Amino acid sequence: MSATASPAPKATDDSTSGELPPAGDLQNAVIRFAGNSQDGIQTIGGLLAKLAGRSAREVMTYMTIPSTISGGPSIFQVHLGSGEVLSPGDESDFLIAFYQHSYDNHVSSLREGGVCIYDSDNVTPDPEANPGCQHVGVAITSTTVEALGGSRDRGKNLFVLGLITQLFKLDREKLVSLLERQFGGKGEEVLRNAMLAFDAGFAYQLGRDVIRQSYALREGISLDTDRIATDGNTAMLYGLIVGGIRHGAGYPITPWSPIMEGLRAELPKYGGLFVQAEDELAAVAMALGFSYAGHLSVTGSSGPGLSLKMEALSYGTMAELPLVVINVQRGGPSTGLPTSVEQSDLFQALYGSHGDSPRIVLAPKNVEDCFYTAIEACELARKYSCPVIVLTDQALATRVEAFREPNLDECLIESPPALETRGEEFKPYPLDGETRHAPPGTRMTGGKYPVVTGLEHDEWGHPSGSPEMHQRMNARRRDKLKRLADEIPAPNVFGEESGDVLLVGWGSTWGPIREATKRAQASGDSVSCVHLRHLNPLPGGLEDIFARFSHVLVVEMNDEGLYGFGQLTSLLRARYCDPKIRSICKTDGLTFKIREILDGIELHRHA
Amino acid sequence: MSATAESPQKLTKKELSADHPTWCPGCGDFAVLASFFKVLEKLQIPHEKICTIAGIGCSSRFPYFVNGHGVHFIHGRALPFASAVSLSRPDLHVFAFGGDGDGYSIGGNHLDHAARKNINLTYVVMDNFVYGLTKKQTSPTSPTGFKSKTDPAGSIDQPINPMRKLVSNGASFVARSHASQVKHMMEMFERAILHPGFSVVEVLSECVIFYPGAFDSGNPRKGGEFAEIDEKKWDNSSEDETRHDTTSVEAAFRLASEPFPGKFGVYLEVDRPTKNQLEQKWIDSSREKTKNASAKDLLSKRFAMMK
Ligand SMILES: Cc1ncc(C[n+]2csc(CCOP(=O)(O)OP(=O)(O)O)c2C)c(N)n1
Ligand code: SF4
Ligand SMILES: [Mg+2]
Repeated sequence: MSATASPAPKATDDSTSGELPPAGDLQNAVIRFAGNSQDGIQTIGGLLAKLAGRSAREVMTYMTIPSTISGGPSIFQVHLGSGEVLSPGDESDFLIAFYQHSYDNHVSSLREGGVCIYDSDNVTPDPEANPGCQHVGVAITSTTVEALGGSRDRGKNLFVLGLITQLFKLDREKLVSLLERQFGGKGEEVLRNAMLAFDAGFAYQLGRDVIRQSYALREGISLDTDRIATDGNTAMLYGLIVGGIRHGAGYPITPWSPIMEGLRAELPKYGGLFVQAEDELAAVAMALGFSYAGHLSVTGSSGPGLSLKMEALSYGTMAELPLVVINVQRGGPSTGLPTSVEQSDLFQALYGSHGDSPRIVLAPKNVEDCFYTAIEACELARKYSCPVIVLTDQALATRVEAFREPNLDECLIESPPALETRGEEFKPYPLDGETRHAPPGTRMTGGKYPVVTGLEHDEWGHPSGSPEMHQRMNARRRDKLKRLADEIPAPNVFGEESGDVLLVGWGSTWGPIREATKRAQASGDSVSCVHLRHLNPLPGGLEDIFARFSHVLVVEMNDEGLYGFGQLTSLLRARYCDPKIRSICKTDGLTFKIREILDGIELHRHA
Repeated sequence: MSATAESPQKLTKKELSADHPTWCPGCGDFAVLASFFKVLEKLQIPHEKICTIAGIGCSSRFPYFVNGHGVHFIHGRALPFASAVSLSRPDLHVFAFGGDGDGYSIGGNHLDHAARKNINLTYVVMDNFVYGLTKKQTSPTSPTGFKSKTDPAGSIDQPINPMRKLVSNGASFVARSHASQVKHMMEMFERAILHPGFSVVEVLSECVIFYPGAFDSGNPRKGGEFAEIDEKKWDNSSEDETRHDTTSVEAAFRLASEPFPGKFGVYLEVDRPTKNQLEQKWIDSSREKTKNASAKDLLSKRFAMMK
């Protein structure tokens, strides 16, 4: 049976009141899908993002998943736009509610005049719950079941995708080709069912009031470059491979696991190897072992696992072994909020180890930047021969964005172990030069072979308890990071170069901060922003930038602590001794809303 | 390559010795080092391919005393570090050294996993039944009643039986020796090195400072008995029936359960694919499936799927 052949079912239009979203060409639309984790609503987000990549539109998705394996509520929010999309959206324009609990929990997220499309097979709407929105009942479950001619309700996600395609006048042809690629490999039956569900949604007659509106998205500026769409964890994983990583070890933990699973499956194709270790202590030890053997390697985890790696990481600093460490931050302390976002591991990344153990800390700002930060981490680990920690987070890990396809000719690095014979003059830790190891297998013509140690040592790596040597070597390990600081360009100020408020961000808050800045600027307010990718060492030039603003407000997703300042704020205050540096902090496990940032600015202005 | 480069000079104790060991005079570990040198002299492993790795402890200072590529890593984690070196560098001979605290306590979990994965390396434990470096605390092999700084009234916890632990965790070569028996140690080390897979030799090595006389009962020079395992010769003789079958886990457990000082020799020696081989097989088949594509081609293809 073809879904389009039968008379398409009709929506129940029981809109109560309220204005519909503006008719005609929309610049942006925020659509929230609320269902259960097994409904496959992430698939919709992935396909829409790919479509956006092909259509010169922008997409940003935002996912919350339950920490249980299957079942349980799950939401996926898609922000589609013709211009630059920087945040998942404070409120949604559309809500697709699959179940009563989805409806009850999310109807309030709709903005005034938003549209709630609910599954009339499962949901009884409550007109009082959000009187400002319009309700449209669609028999999602029964229509999907009928279209597929079976009894199971799988495919509801694709039915809804068809509905969305119809509603927003998306490019149906392109979507169909994406569906064919996604499901084509899984057998004819699977593809046919997917198409049936999609077509049923596409042909479904929505109520008159809805249909009267045209929600077509304005065409964006046409881009002539190829774009790819993926999530932050996947971007990170391929960034590592492009950066030359062929070896690594890890232990599973949400939300880091997808990176290690990907590396485990991918690296053998490149002749490499990723090992699932018995715990994080072993994982970091193995990773250091790979690096020692001449293969720059990676380990990673999320908060609790990073804590377990700390002892070995200070060995990495002491022995000056290169290593890339990915930490996908989640809500803490302890098991905390394993599937929520937070930026509370900055101090741990900087100072979590014993002794003075300086290391490089970087943070990517969006999905695309996960890719390039991973490459930079590899380059810096090699160049400075030390651990590099990359702080990504749960929100970046799981959300999908489209971005320009990387140019491999420009960024691909391959670096096999350097085993050329070393002469008599070989010194791994020259006090006045760069660290250079002789990996095992290297012939030493001087006849003396090196022992890499965690004990304090001299230039040749010999253990040395001399107080003077410890001072000089501490300085050496610190000064190489200072040299790096000199190489990092000062970050660009977005907006006026001077003024009233400067917002400072790091990591995934980049989008919301930028959007808040734009909105404030649009209303004539003096707000600018800077974003830091390099957290240790900090780039030079920040002092001058800060000096040109009356307020420097650091926006971060962590607690304000005992003294009222978030983690980066505390670092910047310690570094620049500037009392005007203050925090806009929160720890509700969700990404920043634009409104929260704007309210934060007002609060500080009037404090 | 010149002829001299192809046949480098013969490796002797002179080339293999590094710093003079800092162990206390009389420490059992000296004999372990001497036996190791002798076996390396015999096997003539290329100098640059020798890689010794250790954690922390008196015994774990071993790499400083061997002139070869070496690593003095952190307490308890020598095995995962060494595993990675072995897995990614099949050209090397990887050795791990350590003590009872390093291997059976803080690193106990890693030992189980390196053994079950059958990683191709040789691990020598210098078991002195005490924490030497930190000056006499109870170790996981200290017998009950042993008076230490952490058990002044005598240790109360049941000790680990290292041989049972090693046999049960899946090590494919398990042997036991005594630091007073250099020839025996040499034989055990040589067989361990030639064994493909995870080979471990537990050596009773006396700490003359904090547990003097601990192993006298296994030392004929101190009035004890050094009882060697009589291995099966597979000659169909009637005597052979009572000899030890090194391929039998049950027989190894029986030996491991004998009262101290027990037997010395090879408890277990089984052939089983190493993780090194199994991973390489996977790498090879992956490369084959992708028709040896270059990294650039593999990545371009991956990006195409994301469009
Ligand atoms: C993480 C950590 N915990 C504790 C120590 C202190 N420590 C060093 S060696 C050692 C015990 C060594 O005992 P063993 O492995 O039996 O070696 P031995 O000195 O007896 O040869 C301890 C507890 C350390 N170095 N690192
Ligand atoms: S303290 Fe004991 S184990 Fe350590 S070197 Fe001295 S005798 Fe050997
Ligand atoms: Mg000991």
